[in-house]
Amino acid sequence: MNKIISKEYFSANVIKFEVEAPLIAKSRKAGHFVMVKVGLKGERIPLTIADADLQKGTITLVVQKMGVSSTKLCALEVGDYITDMVGPLGRATHIEKFGTVVCACGGVGTAPMMPIVAALKAAGNKVITVLAARSKDLIILEDQMRVNSDEVIVMTDDGSYGTKGLVTNGIESVINREKVDLCVTIGPAIMMKFVSMLTKKYEVPTLASLNTIMVDGTGMCGACRVSVGGKTKFVCVDGPEFDAHLVDFDEMLMRLGGYRDIEREEMANFSKQ
Amino acid sequence: MNHSEERAQAWREVLRKGMKAKERTDIPRVHMPELDAEYRSHSRLEEVNLGLTAEMAMQEAKRCLDCANPTCMLGCPVGIDIPRFVKNIERGEFLEAAKALKETSALPAVCGRVCPQEKQCESQCIHLKMKKEAVAVGHLERFAADYERESGNISVPTVAPANNIKIAAVGSGPAGLAFAGDMAKLGYEVVVFEALHEIGGVLKYGIPEFRLPNDIVDVEIQNLQAMGVHFVTNCVVGKTISIKDLEDDGFKGIFVASGAGLPRFMNIKGENLVGVMSSNEYLTRVNLMDAANPDSDTPVFKGKKVAVIGGGNTAMDSVRTARRLGAERAIIVYRRSEEEMPARLEEVKHAKEEGIDFMTLHNPIEYIGNEQGRVTHMLLQVMKLGEPDASGRRSPVEIPGKTELIEVDEVVVSVGVSPNPLIPQSVEGLEVTKWGTVVVNNDTMQSAVPIIFAGGDIVRGGATVILAMGDGRKAAAAMDEWIKK
Repeated sequence: MNKIISKEYFSANVIKFEVEAPLIAKSRKAGHFVMVKVGLKGERIPLTIADADLQKGTITLVVQKMGVSSTKLCALEVGDYITDMVGPLGRATHIEKFGTVVCACGGVGTAPMMPIVAALKAAGNKVITVLAARSKDLIILEDQMRVNSDEVIVMTDDGSYGTKGLVTNGIESVINREKVDLCVTIGPAIMMKFVSMLTKKYEVPTLASLNTIMVDGTGMCGACRVSVGGKTKFVCVDGPEFDAHLVDFDEMLMRLGGYRDIEREEMANFSKQ
Repeated sequence: MNHSEERAQAWREVLRKGMKAKERTDIPRVHMPELDAEYRSHSRLEEVNLGLTAEMAMQEAKRCLDCANPTCMLGCPVGIDIPRFVKNIERGEFLEAAKALKETSALPAVCGRVCPQEKQCESQCIHLKMKKEAVAVGHLERFAADYERESGNISVPTVAPANNIKIAAVGSGPAGLAFAGDMAKLGYEVVVFEALHEIGGVLKYGIPEFRLPNDIVDVEIQNLQAMGVHFVTNCVVGKTISIKDLEDDGFKGIFVASGAGLPRFMNIKGENLVGVMSSNEYLTRVNLMDAANPDSDTPVFKGKKVAVIGGGNTAMDSVRTARRLGAERAIIVYRRSEEEMPARLEEVKHAKEEGIDFMTLHNPIEYIGNEQGRVTHMLLQVMKLGEPDASGRRSPVEIPGKTELIEVDEVVVSVGVSPNPLIPQSVEGLEVTKWGTVVVNNDTMQSAVPIIFAGGDIVRGGATVILAMGDGRKAAAAMDEWIKK
């Protein structure tokens, strides 16, 4: 198990893996994640499942090189094995016919949005997907998204592709022209914070898929806790999706940065090796 | 053979008559040799207790009167034949002693280290009635198990002929391992499913190496493997595979021992600041992920001023770990007085020797952080003892207006856990209490779903290694009977 079947570079730092995991492929639903660990002394990190192939018994993961752990994962080649992988974890996305749904994703957040877009479409929703990134080369999975979306709006910070502007500009343009029943957002915490502020203004119900720090990922350590509506929730078992308007994104951003100094140091040591 | 038949054996008679009871009770109780406190408070992995020598063990074994009605056995949740193993030590048959232990306990080297013997077997020892110290049953248990392991002559318990009936354990902590051992002895094909990447549950992620080295847990696991028990890691029953998958796959009984779950917090201001974490997180990083080792990719804060909130064994494990990771000041903050502390006396004693500060009758009411969101101070409410509460302990009462502000750079909250929510969330028909524990028949450990038995923290909400093992043994016996019917 956990054998890498294919590896594809979306960009120099964003890589798509297909990994042999028949049991996970069978039981996963949109919104689920896995915990992955590379090497005996590796760190356990959460990755949301981007896709699964029941015939092949594989799941798809999209990874962005950031720190030591994701860099080690990205260094694996076809035929290598991921040392440990467990899942599917978390609660699956609640899917029903809402009406018109805007799926707003940034950077690698596009990958875990794919199964959600597909499931929403299959449930009879009108799905408008907003893909956002800094520049053209960081826009991923556009063709796949077009398959299940009624419309795809591409936004780039520098205007090198699609419309120049932020993800929020894309969402706002839709809200201004038609009734939106639900917004789903996945991306960097700071992006989701601004998406949430925007949709709150327009009173559009919004779900955000949170990517907090986790250690075990199975409901034991509490590292992933976030404040939702003033109550402490655990992303690994209560989430990963929450009502974005109730999430304390400032606290989440603060907690995400908790290990930044240690991580920077470890990355510097790792790069030296 | 039962206890009295064993006791009637010729060698036991000779041994009993070889020494007068008065001579036996006059021998002072052995002292467990320990690493120097200052040295060990900087040594992350070295075990604090060094174990008895053969001479010390044989001398201590002489203290046991080999009672006709050994009350010590009533105090043991798994019912070890204590006099038999102790008397085998007295006559120098250490391997026989280990064998006697393994007939009833799947993990003697573990129990010899972490059981609260002073509240169990030793609390029932006849010596106490004579105002003498109890026989050091725990130290002797550890000695026999260690002797066997180090001798290289590890005996594998006799296993009944295979009955080709598949049964599963969910979770590889003490309850799951005890269950697996007993079912393997009965001839069942046992598969243990573990959610984490390591086998051992709390023995690996929770209890630090200075109290229970990982390689000792591994030897006990290898022993179970030698008995035919299979282990599957990285598999969450209820997520990766369902209970129904197991049934479809031919499993005839499932023992759920999925253990502790979400850590409890106190819901006070600042509890989500960076540097405030649960003892589960802190200990998992250090023990399971080896985060203090420079080769490990998992980070851990190494605070200089660390406060641990709580008075249980997990709190002691956390505060002593913090000291070993370089804390200049490591404090236990507990809202009652030392007398009410649930931690083992030995842990409290060791912690004090290692320079841990005890702030009893203090309770945190707020954490304060800097602009990066890192904790820098905690505000403590000073308490006093009031009337006894439902637990029978004197309840802590606030002294109005009396607070203290303490500088801290790391806080570990160790005020208990809720049961693991994954199985209750994913199995239909399971009866669950409002605390999230699984409801079982106390005699059989069988749940409302007949194929599912359960034990350990998922049923008790938070207990000791040995009580979890006792549940595992009880469930094994009852499931065997249920399947045969």
